Amino acid sequence: MRQPRGVAAMPILAVAALAGVAVGVAGYAFEYASGSSYLGNDPATCANCHVMASHYAGWQAAPHHLVATCNDCHTPAGFPAKYIVKATNGYHHSMAFTLGGYPDVIQARPESKRVVEDNCRRCHAALVEDIAHGRDVSCVRCHASVGHLR
Amino acid sequence: MTAEATPRRNRGLLIALVAGVFALVAIAAAALLVNISERKSEARHAFVKVVDVGENDTDPAKWGKNWPREFDDYKRTAERTATKYGGGAGTAEGEMPPEKADRDPWLKRVFAGYLFAVDYRDRRGHAYMLNDQEVTKRNVPAEGKQSGNCLHCHASITPLYKKLGKEAAPQASEADQLQAGLVKVGEMGYWDAYKQLGELAGQGGKPHPVSCVDCHDPQSMELRVTRPGFIAGIQKLAASKADVPHLPSIERWRKTDRKKAYDPNLDATRQEKRAYVCGQCHVEYFCGKGQTIFFPWAEGLKVEQMEHLYDNTMVKGQRFKDWTHAETGFEVLKAQHPEFEVWSQGIHARSGVTCADCHMPYKREGAQKFSDHWVRSPLLQPNRACASCHPYNDDELKARVIAIQDRHFALLTRAGEANVAMIDAIVAVRKPYDDRAREAAAAKAKETLAKQEAFQKAPKEEQDKKLAAEVKANLLTAWRATVEKTPALKELEELQRAAQWRLDYVAAENSMGFHAPQELGRVLGESIDLARQAQVKATLLGATTSATASAAPAAATPTAKR
Repeated sequence: MRQPRGVAAMPILAVAALAGVAVGVAGYAFEYASGSSYLGNDPATCANCHVMASHYAGWQAAPHHLVATCNDCHTPAGFPAKYIVKATNGYHHSMAFTLGGYPDVIQARPESKRVVEDNCRRCHAALVEDIAHGRDVSCVRCHASVGHLR
Repeated sequence: MTAEATPRRNRGLLIALVAGVFALVAIAAAALLVNISERKSEARHAFVKVVDVGENDTDPAKWGKNWPREFDDYKRTAERTATKYGGGAGTAEGEMPPEKADRDPWLKRVFAGYLFAVDYRDRRGHAYMLNDQEVTKRNVPAEGKQSGNCLHCHASITPLYKKLGKEAAPQASEADQLQAGLVKVGEMGYWDAYKQLGELAGQGGKPHPVSCVDCHDPQSMELRVTRPGFIAGIQKLAASKADVPHLPSIERWRKTDRKKAYDPNLDATRQEKRAYVCGQCHVEYFCGKGQTIFFPWAEGLKVEQMEHLYDNTMVKGQRFKDWTHAETGFEVLKAQHPEFEVWSQGIHARSGVTCADCHMPYKREGAQKFSDHWVRSPLLQPNRACASCHPYNDDELKARVIAIQDRHFALLTRAGEANVAMIDAIVAVRKPYDDRAREAAAAKAKETLAKQEAFQKAPKEEQDKKLAAEVKANLLTAWRATVEKTPALKELEELQRAAQWRLDYVAAENSMGFHAPQELGRVLGESIDLARQAQVKATLLGATTSATASAAPAAATPTAKR
């Protein structure tokens, strides 16, 4: 028993249509949420998320804003590491913001603090390598306001 | 089952599975899209106006239609909350908080002869402010002891002030009418004013406790001061020479020609208003029955500045007192709850941090950021209340505050005990005087009561009670006359008045020392010093008077027998 070609292709066409819808909706959501901006370096992107508005404003008022953006402090410098951290942070942030339940005054995870510290030392290596800024002493404990106060 | 059918069915299953996965992907993407869209729209629209609200809308439920988030928080002030030192830890939901004297037994001695020795409970949330004023044994309806002044802070009362003010002074400005209304309500008894306000509020004649309209302009939602007591008080403070570095708008106003009085609603900064709205009620005030309420700020906000003002306030030709202490017979003062004044002396005020920053910290729901209207202890949410300035975790923040409060409580308890020791010593000084005057006091009491018909008809038990009270009153009159003409006793009176005023200024303040730890430590130190000075002087005085008393044959006191 043979079926006509058209009938046999029907389910495949339906799946293809469905896949198209999914890709289309997802693509539109990505575009609507300015998804592509997350791949770049613009600090305004971080303030896409309303939670970050005060941090963004704080950065604009802080001394580092002429020389460093969010990514300069909060992501590692190297190519794969940078995007791995971006992806992990992005995942945590989007889950927290979409599902709720995060504290109003957010605090950095230990991994994130480590990234920031490494970046302080990376840019200021010449200055700090001879100073007794041991690994146990945090730069931002004393220099809290250089990036953003909150 | 044919060999041909199996792969076809497998293929069908596969297609269904793939279709299902894509369907889920589409659903998730659509859900995320909607979520993002909602957040974006939340960020754009702070509120949706559903009803018009006006000056006479004291019912918060009506405002709640426009500002549901704030209203939901406000309603939660009815929930019982407790911290280590506040709110009555251990009491069940709906139960009255414990008497303060359960924890601080010295309160009963310090307040002897005053209604606060009868009933004085730990605090509850804003939702209870009117209710608590009515269930307290200090405000029994039949006794009618309390005045309409109480409603200045316990109820949403400005519509009544405005109405009565308009009737009393139809030609005056709105501000003057408000003050005139305050005077009128102060002349009324508590329950009369309550009834009139209830009629204005509608809805079954029950007034509302403090609500939206008391702090917000219904048109612009801006913060504002509505209480005439605060307006008059802050104007006097502005006109004084007192240092107020934490209130920059007052310092600015002082540099003007001062032709127009300082207006907290026009001159104050947004941030200052976040303290002023609370300072409308969380203050020291003077509100005897038949007198208009006033905030004693004309010389400044410090404990001794307010004391100096009270010491120079005359009421019907007599120096102002809150009551006469039942045990010592000295005229003393009672502090209310000077949170605004104490905050003014602390480092947070000096740094521009106001009440709302800690007690109504900003919170987020989705993309909405708004003030928490569930006004409560910052210790119940240190992340929002403290961590926005002090970047530490909840446990660390709590530990810092509790350390301050523990130290403060230890000092407060010592001060309470020192004051009790002072009272004991003064009572010992008074006793021989009372013993000598007792016979005459009893004779006079019998004579006075014999003239009263009601007394003659009363049963024996009641007669004894009345007689005892009359003897006590006569003894007090005799003692007061002695005090007035004896400089050593007058000095003791001044010491008790000053020691108790300082102790109560601290004890009545709601923060267990946190609002201004050093200042309150200083005040308690002074209280202890003054109380011990009184104790030493009384002990020395007691030694000389009992020596005199033993020389006098008429006095038959235990000390005299020795």
